[in-house]
Amino acid sequence: MHIIKRIWRFYYEGFRNMGPLGRKLWLIVLIKLFIMFAILRLFFFPDVLQEQFSSDKERSEHVINEISKP
Amino acid sequence: MEEALVDWSRAQFALTAMYHWLFVPLTLGLSFIMAIMETIYVRTGNLKWKKTTQFWMTLFGINFAIGVATGIILEFEFGTNWSNYSWFVGDIFGAPLAIEGIMAFFLESAFLAVMFFGWEKVSKKFHLTATWLVALGSNLSALWILVANGWMQNPVGMHFNPNTARNEMGDLWDVLFNTTAVDKFLHTVSSGYVIGSLFVIGISSWYLLKSRHISFARRSMMVGAVFGIISSLFIVITGDSSGHHVAKTQRMKLAAMEGLYEGQEGADLVAIGVLNPDKTVNNDEEAFHFRISIPRLLALLAERDMDAFVPGMKDLVHGNKQYNIPSTHEKMQQGDKALKALNQYNQAKKAGKDSLAAAHIETFQNNYPLMGYGYFEQPEETVPPVGLTFYSFHFMVILGFYFVLLFLLVIWSNMNDTIRDKRWLLRAALYTIPLGYLASMLGWVVSEVGRQPWTIQDLLPVKVSTSHLSAANVELTFWLFAAIFTILLIAEISIMVRQIKIGPK
Repeated sequence: MHIIKRIWRFYYEGFRNMGPLGRKLWLIVLIKLFIMFAILRLFFFPDVLQEQFSSDKERSEHVINEISKP
Repeated sequence: MEEALVDWSRAQFALTAMYHWLFVPLTLGLSFIMAIMETIYVRTGNLKWKKTTQFWMTLFGINFAIGVATGIILEFEFGTNWSNYSWFVGDIFGAPLAIEGIMAFFLESAFLAVMFFGWEKVSKKFHLTATWLVALGSNLSALWILVANGWMQNPVGMHFNPNTARNEMGDLWDVLFNTTAVDKFLHTVSSGYVIGSLFVIGISSWYLLKSRHISFARRSMMVGAVFGIISSLFIVITGDSSGHHVAKTQRMKLAAMEGLYEGQEGADLVAIGVLNPDKTVNNDEEAFHFRISIPRLLALLAERDMDAFVPGMKDLVHGNKQYNIPSTHEKMQQGDKALKALNQYNQAKKAGKDSLAAAHIETFQNNYPLMGYGYFEQPEETVPPVGLTFYSFHFMVILGFYFVLLFLLVIWSNMNDTIRDKRWLLRAALYTIPLGYLASMLGWVVSEVGRQPWTIQDLLPVKVSTSHLSAANVELTFWLFAAIFTILLIAEISIMVRQIKIGPK
């Protein structure tokens, strides 16, 4: 417990005492992650096979049809 | 698959991968340079080395923060734009990428905090260990994605399950120690070390040109140049090994890299040359307008034998009976058999005709290693863009030799105490920073354009790998990414420049 408390304090103080450059970089990281996951992933990059088919069996059949030749 | 869709999907992947690669190599190289500087500080106790380490660590932090997670977009694209391919590769990608996420990323992230927050809070040795572990973690992150790429160039250690249309990993060690993956990892990370070295030398040169922070700049420059020259020698060794393995597993790529249309015994290596753009595998025009070649060197590098035969693109397309090289047409017939047998197997299985299914699956398995050739209409489709591959390869090599010369001159001038007088050398070092990135990008172009038309060598071409999407949608996201990444790049450069102008504390 003592170690966990020390680790927590280490991070807490590190972030608290961070200079303006560090704060700016964290802001950029957070904005970037928001754009990636809340906008791009959600609205522009669906997992096509996950969305179009409900089971792995259907996904397999679809890909076999796509890649094999009659 | 619609051609525009395939082209936009490729363009989008290339754009995101190349932008991502603008951030990664500096992380790989600078992390080790910082670790070396901090090791000197811990061993000598000289505070100047501590300040030096801290300055480069700040620039490392900027690059890391702006670049972190840019690679995740590539994973989004796998699921959206390349769904057939993603399904087909199965757990071959899943396992290495999961290991990357769990092991390398957490190692990197946990010790990154110690590295930045821990200067006055942990012991010198613990801090140094954290810095080395960040460097190691960054490089391990690169390992797993490059193992996955190596598998695409030379698929080994798996078997294809015709019931699920997925490849299943047979042996993780075969995948991990695949010669292509090992070469690719070592060659790629060492290119990052060279970029890190060029960056340190270039920025240090700027300080010397401005007559600021002189002893700091010369100290940094020395570490950068020595690290750079060692890394460059390592690149030569891994590049040689890469070429040797490409000659075994991707012969068409090697022929394109060298503009070799007609196979040769004791083949020459083209040092510099101008290709004839009208030359194809189906005509007898001269391949070059001009070239300077080194006799027999290609045979030696590719086959470890100065008299060996190195096949050209014509031999690989039309076949060469003398050297037992099958034509692409023969391979296409085999591929066609595999694709039809896969379909017939599934039909027979659905109809409950087990013995018929067993016969089809045997045909499929016998022809599976060349399955991908069954998708082509013309044998010439298997020839990659020769000009782009050839020039990218040769410019990369020329730049590599130039970097070696630069590192040697910087070390020599720094040791002789004449570096500040050689303003031309300082300017050259400063302007060489972007050339390091250019050389690394050209390396990726050789690797990825040179293996066209394949996504997975011999098994799956690019045109079958994409999802059925609207080309206009892919084009839209292409421009969206171009905008986002350009903003990130501008942010990185402006924050970095501001910090460099402030200089070490």
